[in-house]
Amino acid sequence: MIDLSLLPDGGMAWLDASGPGSHLVLSTRIRLARNLADHHFSPRSTLADREAVLQEVLAARRETVSLRNALVFRLDQLDRTDRQLLHERHLVSKELAGLDERAVVKPGAALLVQDRVGVMLNEEDHLRLQGLRSGFDLEATYQEVDRLDAELGQRLPFAFHPEFGYLTSCPTNVGTGLRASVLIHLPGLVLTKEISKVLQGLAQVGLTFRGLYGEGSEVVGNFFQLSNQTTLGKSERELLDHLAKMVRQVMEYEEQARQVLLRDVPTIIEDKVWRAYGLLRHARTLSFEETTNLLSGVRLGVGLSLINRVGLYALNKLLVHTQPAHLAVLEGVHPDDADLSVRRARYVRALLEDEAGRRG
Amino acid sequence: MRCDNCHEREAVVNLTQIADDQKVEVHLCEKCAAEKGIETAASFGKIPVGSFVAALGKGPEAIAALPGLTPSGACPTCGASLTDFRESGRLGCADCYRTFEAPLRDLLRRLHGSSRHLGERYAAPGEDRGEEAPTTERLREQLRLAVETESFELAAELRDRLRALEEGR
Repeated sequence: MIDLSLLPDGGMAWLDASGPGSHLVLSTRIRLARNLADHHFSPRSTLADREAVLQEVLAARRETVSLRNALVFRLDQLDRTDRQLLHERHLVSKELAGLDERAVVKPGAALLVQDRVGVMLNEEDHLRLQGLRSGFDLEATYQEVDRLDAELGQRLPFAFHPEFGYLTSCPTNVGTGLRASVLIHLPGLVLTKEISKVLQGLAQVGLTFRGLYGEGSEVVGNFFQLSNQTTLGKSERELLDHLAKMVRQVMEYEEQARQVLLRDVPTIIEDKVWRAYGLLRHARTLSFEETTNLLSGVRLGVGLSLINRVGLYALNKLLVHTQPAHLAVLEGVHPDDADLSVRRARYVRALLEDEAGRRG
Repeated sequence: MRCDNCHEREAVVNLTQIADDQKVEVHLCEKCAAEKGIETAASFGKIPVGSFVAALGKGPEAIAALPGLTPSGACPTCGASLTDFRESGRLGCADCYRTFEAPLRDLLRRLHGSSRHLGERYAAPGEDRGEEAPTTERLREQLRLAVETESFELAAELRDRLRALEEGR
């Protein structure tokens, strides 16, 4: 079993709600897709290729500052709970963790992580460099992942084409290989039913959205990941500037929507927030999905200063720790444990009670 | 199959329309489909690459006509063929991008609106990593793109850099 404390801030530095715009944006993530020029891409790679990719990157990272002291997790040697744990921390994709039904962990699948940067190995691309920070901070996140890219690029032969740029297994990632995403909480736009208009608008300017866990995941708790759709034909800066501009716009819309709700239906909003808080504080069983939705309501209340018995950090912590694998590890049981929803409710009650006590 | 609209070019888009409870199938060539506004950059993003690439196929004859490429042509490095790519939506290795350069260039333009990488340049280990001095042409191209995408902050910066470069000469 992975010791949670080994991960930087238990891997939760990105959830400490210290970054800019944390009341709306949970985290900023940037990944760069890279491949080694002299090995077949993942879908056609042999076992030897995959092991070689892993060993070459492990050797190269020792000479870098960004990953010299990285923790190394070989997903192909971890049990399912641990893989799920890393996925719940947003450190590895569902695919790399082999969590889909009937999926197996591919040989050589690994994760390196040090502070706010990391690398997924032998995913769809040989390397997926990633940076993750609290709040809305594309600039700082990019600087860190760009440095990691430069450090590794000096030591490893990346596949690069003079016209097409960095080459990737899927042509949708070619060029910069850059996908930047901002995890944002938009209950105001959902409640005012403006959200579909906003999402359609984003699609028209080349942005896309996903759920809490990235590609293929559903939207729960009004959390949306907004990201760039294309990776080629624009510089990294242009892609980031464009996304930043649009995210700022969405944040403004969300603030406006919240003010409209407070102005037009204050009682309904207050009731929604306090009901959510009441259920979390007193319920005896809670599914993860229900918890996430209720946390969304309380989070809205904190944003509107309707409720001060709980802070953003505690809400973020609950969001992470009530996920099945996290809760199971904390409680020392299996994620399929029949009593998990009872344990979850107990955990939430205790944390909220403690938080309310501390805040007087 | 010929295009239902111009009756000249090969149809590549099959459109199912439902009007008054009647199902009508329309087959269009790329050009006529584009004119009818069926292909938009926004809608492309929603189509999985595999099926998209399949739809893109202009028939085996068109592919055979490309220099050095036959329908059964495979990448000399990894053995992947265009058919493999159409099915999986994934390339087999870096050399696939050279082997299938022409059709891929076409695809990249459709997916991204451009096939030209304007981001950071990579220098392999041992190569001189000295930053390539920006040329006025390159800056102008970036400026044009910045204006097109309404990235005005960037456009202003590029304009200043362009001015500085031109004045320096």
